[in-house]
Amino acid sequence: MKYAMLIPFLPLAAFLINILFGRFLLKDRAHIVAIAGVFASFVLSVAVFIQVAGGATMNSDLYSWISSGGFRVSVGFLIDPLTAVMLIVVTTVSLLVHIYSIGYMHGDPGYYRFFSYLSLFTFSMLMLVTGNNLLQLYFGWEAVGLCSYFLIGYWYQKQSAADAGKKAFIVNRFGDFGFGLGVILVFLVVGSIQYSDIFASVGSLQGKTFPLFGYEVDLITLIALLLFCGAVGKSAQLPLHVWLPDAMEGPTPVSALIHAATMVTAGVFLVARFNPLFSLSPTAMAVVAITGAATSLFAATIALVQNDIKRIIAYSTCSQLGYMFLACGVGAFGAGIFHLYTHAFFKALLFLGAGSVMHAMAGELDIQKMGGLKKHMPVTYWTFLLASLSIAGIPGLAGFFSKDEILWMAYNGGMIGKIVWVVATIVAGLTAFYSFRIIFLAFHGSFRGTHEQEHHLHESPSVMTVPLAILAVGAVGAGWIGIPQALGGGNWIAHFFEPVLGHPHVHGTHAEEYMVMGISILAAALGIGTASYFYVMSPDMPKRLTERYKQIHTVLWNKYFVDELYDAIIVRPTKWVASTILVGFTDAKIIEGIVNGVPSLIQSFGMKLRKLQTGYLQHYGIVLIFGLFVLISIAFIAGTKTH
Amino acid sequence: MPIPMEWYLGLGGVIFAVGMFGFLVRRNMFVMLLSIELMLNAVNITMVTFSHYLNDLRGQIFTIFIMTVAAAEAAIGLAIIVTLFRNKATIQADEIKEMNG
Amino acid sequence: MNIPFPDLTPVLPEIILAAVASLVLLVELVAVRKGPIGGIGIAVALFLLYLLPYTHGETFGGTFVSDAYSDWFKIIFLGNLIMTTLASFQYIQRQHQDFGEYYSVLMFATCGAMIMASSRDLITLYVGLELMALSTFILTAMKRHDWWSNEAAIKYFMLGAFSSAILLYGFALLYGLTTSTDIRQIGAHIATTGPNPALLLSLVLIIAGFAFKIGAVPFHMWVPDVYEGAPTSVTLFMSVGPKAAGFAAIGRVFYEGLGALQPDWTTFFIILSILSMAVGNIVALVQKNIKRMLAYSAISHAGYALLGIVAGTTEGLTAMMNYLLIYAFMNIGAFCVVITMDCRNDLDDYNGLAKNHPLLAAVMLIFMFSLTGIPPTAGFIGKFNVFMAAVHAGYTWLVLIAIIFSAISAFFYLHVVMNMYMKPGAVRVRVEGFPTVLAALLIAVLAVCVIGVVPSVALR
Repeated sequence: MKYAMLIPFLPLAAFLINILFGRFLLKDRAHIVAIAGVFASFVLSVAVFIQVAGGATMNSDLYSWISSGGFRVSVGFLIDPLTAVMLIVVTTVSLLVHIYSIGYMHGDPGYYRFFSYLSLFTFSMLMLVTGNNLLQLYFGWEAVGLCSYFLIGYWYQKQSAADAGKKAFIVNRFGDFGFGLGVILVFLVVGSIQYSDIFASVGSLQGKTFPLFGYEVDLITLIALLLFCGAVGKSAQLPLHVWLPDAMEGPTPVSALIHAATMVTAGVFLVARFNPLFSLSPTAMAVVAITGAATSLFAATIALVQNDIKRIIAYSTCSQLGYMFLACGVGAFGAGIFHLYTHAFFKALLFLGAGSVMHAMAGELDIQKMGGLKKHMPVTYWTFLLASLSIAGIPGLAGFFSKDEILWMAYNGGMIGKIVWVVATIVAGLTAFYSFRIIFLAFHGSFRGTHEQEHHLHESPSVMTVPLAILAVGAVGAGWIGIPQALGGGNWIAHFFEPVLGHPHVHGTHAEEYMVMGISILAAALGIGTASYFYVMSPDMPKRLTERYKQIHTVLWNKYFVDELYDAIIVRPTKWVASTILVGFTDAKIIEGIVNGVPSLIQSFGMKLRKLQTGYLQHYGIVLIFGLFVLISIAFIAGTKTH
Repeated sequence: MPIPMEWYLGLGGVIFAVGMFGFLVRRNMFVMLLSIELMLNAVNITMVTFSHYLNDLRGQIFTIFIMTVAAAEAAIGLAIIVTLFRNKATIQADEIKEMNG
Repeated sequence: MNIPFPDLTPVLPEIILAAVASLVLLVELVAVRKGPIGGIGIAVALFLLYLLPYTHGETFGGTFVSDAYSDWFKIIFLGNLIMTTLASFQYIQRQHQDFGEYYSVLMFATCGAMIMASSRDLITLYVGLELMALSTFILTAMKRHDWWSNEAAIKYFMLGAFSSAILLYGFALLYGLTTSTDIRQIGAHIATTGPNPALLLSLVLIIAGFAFKIGAVPFHMWVPDVYEGAPTSVTLFMSVGPKAAGFAAIGRVFYEGLGALQPDWTTFFIILSILSMAVGNIVALVQKNIKRMLAYSAISHAGYALLGIVAGTTEGLTAMMNYLLIYAFMNIGAFCVVITMDCRNDLDDYNGLAKNHPLLAAVMLIFMFSLTGIPPTAGFIGKFNVFMAAVHAGYTWLVLIAIIFSAISAFFYLHVVMNMYMKPGAVRVRVEGFPTVLAALLIAVLAVCVIGVVPSVALR
């Protein structure tokens, strides 16, 4: 299975070719190289998946990067069921997004640049999921982050895009700081950064404590929470979720690939990968579960009232990521990854569908200005509808099986599990509502935009609709590998994951499982029903409700004022400190501040030292001789002492 | 009475110090060059002294090499001083201070 | 009387280089088109080196030795020669100093450096050192109608001759005290007699002489002025060649000859190392001219590489050798960018480069990252190795100091990056991207990236 090592490097090769020759040689043909690279990776990933499904695994080092004494860092690959599924997710979505981008980015001046970033991102993400040690994970982690900032700020001439990139960068610093500390702590206590060594020694760490600010903190809990910090930042969970909606400033294919299907799920992957560690700390598990549940409810409520189609889907992503964390938090890591896998298909589809709509509407994002798009863009409509049904959890579709697995696991997860289950069921209803709100507002009814826009409405070219159709197949059928036993399936995926992610013990009966399923279907039906009542049957209802519950609407409309809150308690004080204390150094630009804000002491010291360099030959000679005599005196002082 | 080794070494040391001092205090570049030659000859005296008292030829071989190299060095030094003089009619070391800091 | 003819195979590279250099000098006199002669000569020399048999071993009565250690440095020197030649072609034409001697003298300097790396006798060492030094004096003065070049040359020459006189005095004392000029015999003698004050004096004098060559503080005063004033291609050459040669000689003399005095010389190298890192990094911070900044950066890198010597172990020596190879590539790369910038050497000339010449800016970014020591560039690997060697030898405190200064260095390296990427450029800077310079740049950037990602391909 050595060929698995090739998987990440093919997109890297594509990146190098594009960045070197794209500008002058490839130009509008840049996509050929990029797609060839990711397609080859995709084929290899499928082969790897088939082999892993047959029971094969691999954990081997490609080479050793640095080794010094007992310390060794190597580039190595771990291929197991978890990795295999992640490979399928990343390469499939990446391939489809690449193809879609041919149409979407057509004629963009930075065409080659866009495809090189996509390839670089794919490489980084594949390194992240295939690595067999923490440092490689960390490398991939930072590299996908970097690509994400580049791509968010891809249209850097646009101020809001540049700001959004910067915001994503800064917010992620908070999470990654904790993550970095976690990596260092792991290395300090385990003495290795290889997964195999870490997992082999977690048992012996149990019960050990670590002194922190005078308290003895449980070591495993501390490590788990520090790692989780990184996950919170990358996967946009409370309280670090603020960057994700703004990240929608990037090109839509990027939102589909990075901010829906792959990069943001890296946090879930991290928690699942470290499940041997997390499962040993009930505290950490509870934190994960509660963070996930809280985020999923929080983001879903915001999504109810937004009008920007991409932002609604972005909040939906936040919410669904919360779902995955919630699953991990109740010990159902397999269910969490299963949802990650199905979510990749329907969420990427939603974003690409939204992109298709924007393409037709000349960049318009406000769903209040759409309507009746169904007849103009049938493919987009039907695929979007399938994705929405899937995310709403309509039986038979991918989203149903993974969501149900999570709900069922949560239901069986003790006290916290029960609470989480209630929240998750409510969220299921909310999800159905806001998903169908888009459907009804954008695709049904009559067109509310300008005449000019209406005139331009058209279905996207086939290079864009074919990926939509393929993803739709995934959104429908991807879940069939996890049909629960209660419905006569084998729940193959759970058994597949069992060697790596374990399988929590389930007490409940089939009858209870049917009940949980029934409630979630009911919630979904209720959500869709309400949406159709609000936006099809009595269109003035939302307005009346808004007026009646003005405060609630204002709070939701303004996303719980979190941005304003952070602005007030973090951004402004920091700026104030920066501008009052570092007077003369701040140019409002961060890098500028850092580079110029070198402690002035060093600089003035440098200016003084510089004066020694007078330019006079004799002075140089004198310094030389002076140094010589100092050395000689040291020699004799030290020499008389020792000899 | 044979002259003891220390006298020769002392002479070498003194000449070396004179050369070093000359290099540091004189501004005329020819004199600075001469000072360097003085230092090299001090080394030669020391080398030959050791060679003689150790009954070992290598010191004297070294001296031959030093003399040869010193000649080449002087040639190059003078050439550089000449080009310098052509550009800015000076051979004063303290007038060459465009670059500093 | 039977005079045995010395075995020439170990010394073949030097002989070929010197012979071809002399030939180039002669052919240049009669040739009509003088331009390509130097390049052809160097190519011929390299081809001959590749063809002719070369073996490890001693020759000339043990005064000259070829071993893995000298090979390593010779690769650096020859690599430096090739890169300098590639970077020089159009540059020196443009600077109107396109004399055939230029390449010939470059070859002589390289030859001298190679002899230094191979010499196991103070006499050969001195001859190699002077061959290299005199050649670099000439190269510095090459732009003879340019005042800056003159000033750099006279400063370099005066201080260089002065310091080599000091070195020689150290050699003379060492010879007298140990009755030999053979480095191994010196080592054997010291091992039996032990240290004495006069030996310490000669030790300090020798350290001063070598420290001048590697540009370590306080023997560094020539470095900024000479780097700034010399033609950029020459700066490129001497920022790597003579410095690495100095380190090669230090390794040979102090590890093989003066090993018994290790506790004494370690102290001096610690002092030199700390001072170099401090002065190099701090003064680089306030520079406005990129060549001067890189000169101070070169001083600080001498400080890092000295950490390997300080460690005093085989690991330290290996780390120092690896460091010099990596430093050669990243420094040559940075200077190639400077050459490409066509004599616009102000840091402000780099403003907005990323917009006008994105590839050039990206390449410069990689070199700056590497010089700072940011992974996964080669610079990180180099620093990591010397730091670990010093830690293993028990100098953790010294490594902490080095890390602090390393962090300071980020400010001035990233200043260049910031200028390129964040500042608007006032004027569109003309860039002289000649094919051979670009080839050199490509080699350097590939080396920096590949060594950074897969260190085992090139390092020991």
